[in-house]
Amino acid sequence: MSTAPFLRVAGLTRRFGAFTALDGIDLEVQRGEFVCFLGPSGCGKTTLLRAIAGLDRHDEGAIWMAGRDVSRAPPAERDFGIVFQSYALFPNLTVSQNVGYGLVNLRMRRAARESRVRELLALVGMPEQGTKYPVKLSGGQQKRVALARALATSPSLLLLDEPLSALDAKVRVRLREEIRDLQRRLGVTTIMVTHDQEEALAMADRIVVMNRGAIEQVGTPSDIYQRPVTPFVADFIGAMTFLDGVVTGPQRVQAGSIVLDCAGERGFLPGARVKLGFRPEEIRVRGVQAQDANALSVRIDGLEFLGAYCRARLAPDHAGATPITADFSANLMRDLGMAPGQTILVALPPESIRLFPVEA
Amino acid sequence: MAEAVAGGAILTGAAPHPRRMSLSEAAVARLLILLLVALLLGIIALPLASLLSKSVEDGSGAFVGLRNFATYFSTPTLVASLFNSVAVAALATAIVVPLAFTYAYALTRSRMRLKGLFYAAALLPVFAPSLLAAISLTYIFGNQGFLRGALFGNSIYGPIGIVIAEILYALPHALVINVAALALADGRLYEAAEALGTRPARVFRTVTLPGARYGLISSAFVVFTLVVTDFGIPKVIGGQFNVLATDAYKQVVGQQNFPMGAVVGIVLLAPAILAFLVERTVQRRQVALLSARAVPLEPKRRPLADSLLTVFCGLVAGTVIGTYGVAVWASFITYWPYNLTPTLANYDFERFEPSGWDPYWTSLKMAALTALLGTGLVFTGAYLIEKTKQFGAGRFFAQFLAMLPMAVPGLVIGLGYVFFFNAPSNPLNWLYGTLAILVINSVAHFYTVAHMTATTALKNLDGEFEAVSASLKIPFWVTFARVTVPISMPAILDIAVYLFVNGMTTVSAVIFLYGAETKLASVAIVHMDEAGTTSAAAAMASAIVLTAIGAKLAQLGLSRFVFARLQRWRVR
Repeated sequence: MSTAPFLRVAGLTRRFGAFTALDGIDLEVQRGEFVCFLGPSGCGKTTLLRAIAGLDRHDEGAIWMAGRDVSRAPPAERDFGIVFQSYALFPNLTVSQNVGYGLVNLRMRRAARESRVRELLALVGMPEQGTKYPVKLSGGQQKRVALARALATSPSLLLLDEPLSALDAKVRVRLREEIRDLQRRLGVTTIMVTHDQEEALAMADRIVVMNRGAIEQVGTPSDIYQRPVTPFVADFIGAMTFLDGVVTGPQRVQAGSIVLDCAGERGFLPGARVKLGFRPEEIRVRGVQAQDANALSVRIDGLEFLGAYCRARLAPDHAGATPITADFSANLMRDLGMAPGQTILVALPPESIRLFPVEA
Repeated sequence: MAEAVAGGAILTGAAPHPRRMSLSEAAVARLLILLLVALLLGIIALPLASLLSKSVEDGSGAFVGLRNFATYFSTPTLVASLFNSVAVAALATAIVVPLAFTYAYALTRSRMRLKGLFYAAALLPVFAPSLLAAISLTYIFGNQGFLRGALFGNSIYGPIGIVIAEILYALPHALVINVAALALADGRLYEAAEALGTRPARVFRTVTLPGARYGLISSAFVVFTLVVTDFGIPKVIGGQFNVLATDAYKQVVGQQNFPMGAVVGIVLLAPAILAFLVERTVQRRQVALLSARAVPLEPKRRPLADSLLTVFCGLVAGTVIGTYGVAVWASFITYWPYNLTPTLANYDFERFEPSGWDPYWTSLKMAALTALLGTGLVFTGAYLIEKTKQFGAGRFFAQFLAMLPMAVPGLVIGLGYVFFFNAPSNPLNWLYGTLAILVINSVAHFYTVAHMTATTALKNLDGEFEAVSASLKIPFWVTFARVTVPISMPAILDIAVYLFVNGMTTVSAVIFLYGAETKLASVAIVHMDEAGTTSAAAAMASAIVLTAIGAKLAQLGLSRFVFARLQRWRVR
């Protein structure tokens, strides 16, 4: 893999009237990478994808593909394949004609085209279905055909716009593995837009978390999950309890009347106001002693049954403290015989506490 | 607020006693559906049935089997008319459909400016009796016409005139269908094609045309039927060129040969029924083509194509407005082409016809009554069919009867009415020649389009309104009056104006039905044109056009200013 990025986006800005859909986006994607644009609806992720495809024009900034400035190039000159959320299969053409649609534009010979179409249909697991019309196919099958059509011309970039939404849960999971597998085999650089964090975590090499037209964080799934750089990222990916606090000393913070140790968070001076956060699954219950670091006595205010685990609302004994959310496995619940109203001792491991600056 | 209080009263114990009415809600629904079926049978099915039976009888009413048809097809002049009709209709269709498609394409798929104006201009012929186009052509290309030379010695009276006038008259009908077909487009399909590097010609061939194919087919059949069955234009400009529609008129009105008139009516029915069946199949297919996740297409700026389309639309719209404008203008001048001094003398109808302005007022009354009664019947009928659950067979049959007039040309309905209501054995015989029969006939003639508008509006309403009402123990007629009608007000107004405009402009059905006291404006135009007082005919037609356009503008104004307030709940 060369060090020069395959795709480079610099200062990309797109405005719709007074609304800024993309606000100075800078991004690099390496050859062969699988990148997910993740964010809530309206965050600009689809706008960014469409700008990269050339389907929508941007107002400022530039886009390079394989070292070539394509900022003003029409879509046809950009060398990518795209799968839309609505499958956008041509309803009047058969599956084979759909897959071969781009090959006709390349003036490929008929025999070569037919064998390529067969190859692609086999690749997406739909051999022998070429003569059907799209209406006859299930949603998952239509997605596969759309994928085959996008891959037919062997583009160096594959763009997927929420390709798995509108499919039922089981099909989603299966198709997501298949797409990932196919991408690895073909080594095609891929960008996928999604609002589903689980999908992004499971599929991406790197995730680009977006909010309000700007990039919040770029990183590997574990990076994003374990070291979110903003409260938004922390809250959007996984769940997090936030407390308002003040830094009282090196690696010590105070939230309300609770004083907590925190590890590994530097850069805040004593007296700085911070937001501290921790994930529900990091709260420890087993073998916690009163003298342990960050041990808290809490009352179980509510338990929400979620199958494999329970989400608990915990009220610290200290008056006026913010309730804490914790996830307890079914296993743990059974062992400790937990029930609402009970008072238990929990610990917030210092290394699990993250500090974020308070926005002015 | 009132509902809240009433609901509160029920909750706090002032619950109504179990109803002890003589009729249950279900029984009322059943009775109303029965009434609707009976009414539709009377105004639509029975007249058609009497047309069918008349065609297999001789003049004295004895059954003769298919002998009338044999006579028809062995009479050379009548068969010649059949060929004339088909030829004229085929030619007009071949010209109108591409014109309408291109025009619709410009309106829906380009970034041309003034789209609203262009659309309105092309719809102008809808507001005029069909024969106005023919009257205009006689001014332009007739014996005194200023462009007579453009015909290279050919006469406008005959097939040339018929085809040109029919093109103008049929254009808006084809346009509306093609606009509807082209307006529905999935923008993502175009993006997918673009991303795959497809040339515009191939995109047009593989995406645009297949999507609009059904509109093309459907509009071709609709135009063909319109032209074959139109009476006004060949009457005015046909000269010695006979067509089916004028034959029917001559057989029935001229020669009182009812059986032969019935045969011509049935021959006219054939293309119309075919068109109707094609239209139905095609519509079902069209819906299936567009998925729920489709994203509306937003046309891109294409400077060259946009300007070419603007020029094209300008030419077409200019021709339409110019042609109709000539007739309106001619109605305001003294004596074409020798004395062009402006005058209102042509509007002093008593100079030309003893009945004077009476036909205009009769038309106005007839159109207003048609709008009023027709809208009530159509909307209530559509509601019963769409929203009640009782008497499925009855509702199905009512739906069939409501769709039937679409397949039946006005001329044929008119013939059916003559045979049905003119029969001495019919107890409703006294209706013949009254204003009432004209109103009833017009309601029946234009029933289907109005019914479809109502049905569409009702389908868009939440199907659970009635269920909620039932759970609150409120009978459906209260829901109908309190919820359904107010919400559907724009559609109801649309239906009323549609019926009014068509009531004002129709010629083909009512030409058989008017009486001495109930001559309509459109019939007066035919008479004045026959008498050679073309300027008066143009004046009367202009009065109709202005009235019809006035009604449409009133509707637009009303929707904009009055209903905008009443329908405030629509705004989020």
